[in-house]
Amino acid sequence: MSDTGITAGRLPPDDYARNFADLHPPLDRYEAKVAADRCFFCYDAPCMTACPTTIDIPLFIRQIATGNATGAAKTILDSNIMGAMCARVCPTEQLCEEACVREALEGKPVEIGRLQRHATDALFATGKQLYQAGPSTGFRVAVVGGGPAGLSCAHRLATLGHTVTVFEAQKKLGGLNEYGIAAYKATNEIAQCEVGYILGVGGIEVKTGQALGRDIHLGDLARDYDAVFLGIGLAATNALGIADGGFAGVDDAVDYIAGLRQASDLSALPVGRRVVVIGGGMTAIDIATQVKRLGAEEVTIVYRRGPAEMGASPYEQEVAQTSGVTIRHWAMPKALVGANGRVTGIAFERTALADGKLTGTGETYELACDQLFRAIGQAFVASDLEDSLIELERGRIRVDGAQRTSHPKIWAGGDCVGSGSDLTVVAVEHGKQAALSIDSMLRAATAA
Amino acid sequence: MADLRVDFCGIKAPNPFWLASAPPTDKAYNVVRAFRAGWGGVVWKTLGEAGPPIVNVSGPRYGAIHAGDRRVIGFNNIELITDRPLEVNLQEIKQVKRDWPDRALVVSLMVPCTEDSWKAILRQVEDTEADGVELNFGCPHGMSERGMGAAVGQVPEYVEMVTRWCKQHSRMPVIVKLTPNVADIKGPAAAAKKGGADAVSLINTVNSMMGVDLDAMTPSPATGGYGTHGGMCGPAVKPMALNMVADIARTPHLQGIPISAIGGIETWKDAAEFMAMGAGTVQVCTAAMVYGFKIVEEMKTGLAAFMDEKGYARLDDFVGRAVPKVTDWQYLDLDYAVKAHIDQDLCIKCGRCHISCEDTSHQAISALKDGVRHFEVIEEECVGCNLCAVVCPVEGCITMVPLQPGEVDKRTGRVVGTPINWTQHPNNPMRAAEPAE
Repeated sequence: MSDTGITAGRLPPDDYARNFADLHPPLDRYEAKVAADRCFFCYDAPCMTACPTTIDIPLFIRQIATGNATGAAKTILDSNIMGAMCARVCPTEQLCEEACVREALEGKPVEIGRLQRHATDALFATGKQLYQAGPSTGFRVAVVGGGPAGLSCAHRLATLGHTVTVFEAQKKLGGLNEYGIAAYKATNEIAQCEVGYILGVGGIEVKTGQALGRDIHLGDLARDYDAVFLGIGLAATNALGIADGGFAGVDDAVDYIAGLRQASDLSALPVGRRVVVIGGGMTAIDIATQVKRLGAEEVTIVYRRGPAEMGASPYEQEVAQTSGVTIRHWAMPKALVGANGRVTGIAFERTALADGKLTGTGETYELACDQLFRAIGQAFVASDLEDSLIELERGRIRVDGAQRTSHPKIWAGGDCVGSGSDLTVVAVEHGKQAALSIDSMLRAATAA
Repeated sequence: MADLRVDFCGIKAPNPFWLASAPPTDKAYNVVRAFRAGWGGVVWKTLGEAGPPIVNVSGPRYGAIHAGDRRVIGFNNIELITDRPLEVNLQEIKQVKRDWPDRALVVSLMVPCTEDSWKAILRQVEDTEADGVELNFGCPHGMSERGMGAAVGQVPEYVEMVTRWCKQHSRMPVIVKLTPNVADIKGPAAAAKKGGADAVSLINTVNSMMGVDLDAMTPSPATGGYGTHGGMCGPAVKPMALNMVADIARTPHLQGIPISAIGGIETWKDAAEFMAMGAGTVQVCTAAMVYGFKIVEEMKTGLAAFMDEKGYARLDDFVGRAVPKVTDWQYLDLDYAVKAHIDQDLCIKCGRCHISCEDTSHQAISALKDGVRHFEVIEEECVGCNLCAVVCPVEGCITMVPLQPGEVDKRTGRVVGTPINWTQHPNNPMRAAEPAE
């Protein structure tokens, strides 16, 4: 079990299932009722205001309390068609649950996320489809990217009667819900279950394996469709900024997580004995926690700033720490160390703030590792857009409040836009708002 | 340490906490367990006349209203009087009284409305050396259809007649148990007093239907597809019971009759409230059925702690203390004014006060201040109704602050400080030339 190097099957077979079980097990009916009873049904509820998709939280909780879980699910999905995944991946402690007045009262908010999951699970269990495509308008809209933004946009457009084609570069729809989120947050194929539910509305054609700039082209789409929505996410990952020396064992966290999510047998995934993760966001947490749960003996996240500056919330940091991950702050990578073509360690320089600016202190230390993950953020790949039909801003697509790009027929949302916050729930809202904007533009054109 | 002993119309007990006539007092086994747990007395579950035993339904006897987390706040039953043979009950009563001489043991009775029936059973009860009898004129289901229970209790003439028989044919104290299923509790209470009752106990259960099964489309609970009304008790009936107790305690021609209060008593505080309203003892049923006999320990220690804190050495020191403060609406001071006040440090900004005032009352609580969520009372609109304080989830956050004499009520523009009631009010066309009090 203490093999050095990157090895599969570090754990006894049963441990994998246990380590990758639901992070938050579902509430049973009694627990849900007790949790729902705690909601005060606030006026102009702060939780609702805090939700990027403005779900009517007090209403859905009251519906759960009165035994109408399907009605509760409809309340959720009417505002957020990806309510099932958002219930699992939203940083609720920074959104609805932080705003919950019970947080102010007793430091223990209503468990909104888990209640939302309870309602959406209950709906999926019935197999009942609540939505149908609207009466056909004859308009055709191309949605590029089948992640949260794209699917949200496609679903809303379909209910409004538009014919939608979703182009997805990967084999499966779902985007980061399918390829990026930590496995213990998306158990039981929930991402695909949700995709299936969304497509169940009808009127949405799906074309997978279609990458923008390779198989399809923005200029063609803008010409051939009545409107285009871009929900193409961030296709590239940032580089370390130091020479990687060509060592084996230096991997990209995003790629590894995607592989993990698609793996049918977790024990077949090779993982190092001593793993170092560079980064401070959700991806850093997710890769570190998951490789620890795959059997890595020592996992260390190294972040160049302090805990408060980490992109991952304090709660997520705690998830990593309670899984056995060490988080070290105030150090930046200086040089990789390797032997026989494999990484064996990494040297860091300690950092500090000088006049508000992060600088190296000159003091260094080295961590031994046999696997190193880069998790230092993702980047938008503008070249996929080709003809620069649309304007960018800070390296991402510029949109207005209605998700309109600078091109009159092109909308965009999710992580690829400048206003993106890299949250699933925000991407869903972008897609929804874009659909409403596209719809009113198309209808206005008809009326004119 | 406060003295909890009682002497209730001659019946002595170590404390005022008695178990009401009900399933927990149906047999020696339960009563002995109750006495071991510390109950001051019991009213043995109602005995009927000798003959074929009572037959109960074998379907559900009980139904309930649950609050959040399944707390039982309302409870009803369709159980009849004891279904055990009279002889067995009498033997057990005799034995229990012999074994527990310091505890009150009162026997509840219900027999047909003939003098001979009552005479016969009274003699048998007397032989057990029980401390007294309680006449069950309240049971609202089953027995009332046979001319007993509430069928007697709802007719003051019958109440008086049967009470008189019992006093004539027994040396035991007679407590008359009253049904709340009447328009005015004072009628049957006066009849009991006139018949010579030593005390009244109230309330018996309230006619009720607990719910409807929306799948089966039957009342809930149901017996073989049909349901019937039952008698309701538990915390939800306490306010109704308290009002009826107060009604008897404050009515001049009823004053002085000992009252054993029943109705939703779960804690020492419930008991103390009934006692402040004139009850000499309290009887408990639902709470014991839901939580078991151990609750009496909380009741005894809580009541004693309250009395010690207030300096009441004996129960008589505070029994009835609140009665003089009960009056009719027409005598309330219409000059007295309160304004709601929201403690901003305690406020959690749920907005329930705002929306309840906005949708129900007087639009007297604002929701925004300088564009920020903030709830504040608009004194110019506040009528002091108390709704905001009722709906506020934070205890003590919203208080009703009385205006002091000389202060101006910003809503009416009037200066407070000249008491006036409705009998004196200029808007009252019926007002007396001179104040009525």
